[in-house]
Amino acid sequence: MTDAAFSADRMFVLAVVCMAMFTYALRAGGYWVMGRLPITPRVRRGLESLPGAIIVSTVLPIVLQGGLAVGLCLIVAAAVQVRLRKEYIAVFAAASAAAGLRAAGL
Amino acid sequence: MPEKDVTLSLKGCVRGAMMCVPVFPGIIALGAVFGTVAAQKGLTFLETLLINSLVFAGASQFVAMEVYGDPLTWGSLVAMVGVTGAVNMRMLLIGASLRPWLGRVPAYQSYPALYLLTDLNWLLALSEYGKGERDWGIYLGSGLIVWSVWSLAVIPGYFAGSLIADPKAFGLDVILPAFFAALLIPLWKGKRQTVSWLAAGAVAALTWYLVGGYWSIFTGAIAGAFAGAYLDD
Repeated sequence: MTDAAFSADRMFVLAVVCMAMFTYALRAGGYWVMGRLPITPRVRRGLESLPGAIIVSTVLPIVLQGGLAVGLCLIVAAAVQVRLRKEYIAVFAAASAAAGLRAAGL
Repeated sequence: MPEKDVTLSLKGCVRGAMMCVPVFPGIIALGAVFGTVAAQKGLTFLETLLINSLVFAGASQFVAMEVYGDPLTWGSLVAMVGVTGAVNMRMLLIGASLRPWLGRVPAYQSYPALYLLTDLNWLLALSEYGKGERDWGIYLGSGLIVWSVWSLAVIPGYFAGSLIADPKAFGLDVILPAFFAALLIPLWKGKRQTVSWLAAGAVAALTWYLVGGYWSIFTGAIAGAFAGAYLDD
């Protein structure tokens, strides 16, 4: 390993620091705002609906992009979870299904 | 009904860390790929460690590397920061939804801990909260272990090039979405979730078709939250 491996460009470090600070502002910002809003029943229902809505909005574009094979794997994961309620089995089943489907050329 | 106190214990941290084990292969594969991309783009080893461990937000790091150019100009610096913000905009909502959980933790503990916020430990913490867990070690322990694994995973990827020739052949790319899909199941309680998730899905899909990128997470999540908030019992 040379000294060059442990050097860093000053502009690059500045970019990383700005990226990290911006990301932290987002990580802490929503939390901070929620501490200052009155939590009415409506706000509470909205907050409670956020997690599921975020997951659906995260996973659906991955399926749209990944096509049939990814969609089938996530259905496998969901089905395993409905029956067994064990996340690690659901994940393992989905990854195995993906490996199998791709070996089959899907 | 009186609320139980929110506590913090080592046992809770260990339990949170253990809950992340099934997704380690997914995190390691993604981190290793990032190391390989960084090496290909000509980052030094130190630069790679810095961006990976300090920014600590997978998708945004990849997108930022797309706009990176050597030598780094002010223009591409601003672009890197901008795309990072756009991809991580969802953190605002994720953090907001943790308020009822971490809001009863002293600020000098919760604000540093929010540095470790990712989709993964957020989701684990919330699903455990739903089951009545009040030890926020679940959040802290899972955040610390994911940060550690992510920080180390980049190293073999940087030096060995593509360690795993094709992560897709082993199904490693579906591990994280499958984990999310599995954790969605226990969140379903009835009509409110059905309506909220349909709204989120419709808006997210529409955004994805029209705009592409990562905006769909933000727009879909807000649509789902509003649908849930305005559907009266």
